Amino acid sequence: MADRPLPTIYPETEFYWNGAKEGKLLLNSCPSCDKAYFPPRPFCPVCGNRDVEIKQASGKGRLYSYIINHLPAPGYEPPFTVAVVMLDEGVKMVANVLDCPADPEALVLDMPLEVTFEQRGDVAIPQFKPAGGVA
Amino acid sequence: MTRASIAIVGAAETTRMGKVPELSQTGLHADAALNALADCGLTLADIDGVATAGHDVAEIIQYLGITPTWYDGTSVGGCSFITLVRHAAAAIETGLCKTVLITHGESGRSNNRSHRPLFPSMQQQEFESIYGPLFPPSRFTLPVMRKMKDDGLTVEQIAMVAVVQREWAALHPRATAHDPLTVDDVLNSKMIAYPFRKLMCCLVSDGGGALILTSAERAKDFPTKPVYLRGMGGESAEGPMISQMESFSSSKAFRVSGKMAFESAGITHSDVDHLMIYDAFAHLPIYGLEDLGFVKPGEGGAFIAEGHTRPGGALPLNTNGGGLSYMHSGMYGMFALQESVRQMRGVSPAQVKDAKLSLVHGVGGMFSAASTAVLTTEDQW
Repeated sequence: MADRPLPTIYPETEFYWNGAKEGKLLLNSCPSCDKAYFPPRPFCPVCGNRDVEIKQASGKGRLYSYIINHLPAPGYEPPFTVAVVMLDEGVKMVANVLDCPADPEALVLDMPLEVTFEQRGDVAIPQFKPAGGVA
Repeated sequence: MTRASIAIVGAAETTRMGKVPELSQTGLHADAALNALADCGLTLADIDGVATAGHDVAEIIQYLGITPTWYDGTSVGGCSFITLVRHAAAAIETGLCKTVLITHGESGRSNNRSHRPLFPSMQQQEFESIYGPLFPPSRFTLPVMRKMKDDGLTVEQIAMVAVVQREWAALHPRATAHDPLTVDDVLNSKMIAYPFRKLMCCLVSDGGGALILTSAERAKDFPTKPVYLRGMGGESAEGPMISQMESFSSSKAFRVSGKMAFESAGITHSDVDHLMIYDAFAHLPIYGLEDLGFVKPGEGGAFIAEGHTRPGGALPLNTNGGGLSYMHSGMYGMFALQESVRQMRGVSPAQVKDAKLSLVHGVGGMFSAASTAVLTTEDQW
């Protein structure tokens, strides 16, 4: 899958991608708001607090929304699923749903998902799959 | 009693639309600009303010040979031209310039341009594009399955948006598509990004348009019927990462922009005779009707499917056929404005009888930004 798009990584997001390399989904979290947020940035987008933390997410979430993409994308074989996952921590992120057919019958909204990682060259990409391997 | 302060005195689209391989993107801007000047009897020397989006405003200024005292290149996507109407009105009111030309040109189909008018977002690339949604049809549609589950919106209702707008397009000689559509036609068209099929997605066209604005007190000096701005409109933005929308059933930018426009104009929904809601995809008029408050949340799909927005309906919507059937250059907002101006001048081929107030609402990017304007035939209210 080396020809799939790679993220351009910046100093503020390096921790996220380093965590992924170690099989961890890391989120920024604001101690004042007691809430995680996404995507990463070194201040809380709610209160502006710069004194934010990095926490490992549970890796659990649910299928919040999706499309089945029939348009081309480098390294992808259409049709493939592009999903928005709602993490248990209350933040949304985009992922493909792995180990699951790109079929509305299999993609049931709110079904439980768990994080997994896809290797693209040196970069590990956070992905999601049906929790417990049930499609 | 409030007197109008700003008027649109010149308005025109490019001479040709759809497939215009003989013009560059810069040439489309110029063709639209010269048509709008001819429309109101002005020359380039009369213009002291220039605004455009998706293209370097300074290049348009140089290409047309204008020496402005004000310019604006706000580029937040296709609604930018509605935003620029608002900004131009503020500039004229504060004396920064007297006569503003807003141009749009886009070689969306022939691609006669050095670059696409991209709005690159670093975080969108880093956290969304890497998963393969590289084109508007696979990004703009991402929230819709959630809305369908939460609000009971159906795919047939989304298809009906395309069906109803085709009825309007059939009345417009310049519309790209005129043939009647059925829900089955839409649901049997090519799958693009489930649940979205080709006929739920906008056209890809070449074309442009231009507007000329000045103070309302000068408006009667022009040969055209003035179209006045009522209030200062609205604008807002939520950002280019569609996955980070606060709600997948409603656009915060739509709500904020719309509310501001209604309050500034001092109007209620029953005052709106004619409505344009930017439709790059068929779900947008549904979100727009709900977020602008014409219907309750979750009722937009049924409202359109029941026929309230079709020719003869109580709320004529997207009377040129919209981005789905009229044309869609890439940044369609200018064409929504042009149809509102035609309706207020009383010259649209799909004219709404006795229409004296038109609301035009646009989206920029993929629910990234929004802007709203209220146009009227009346110079005081």
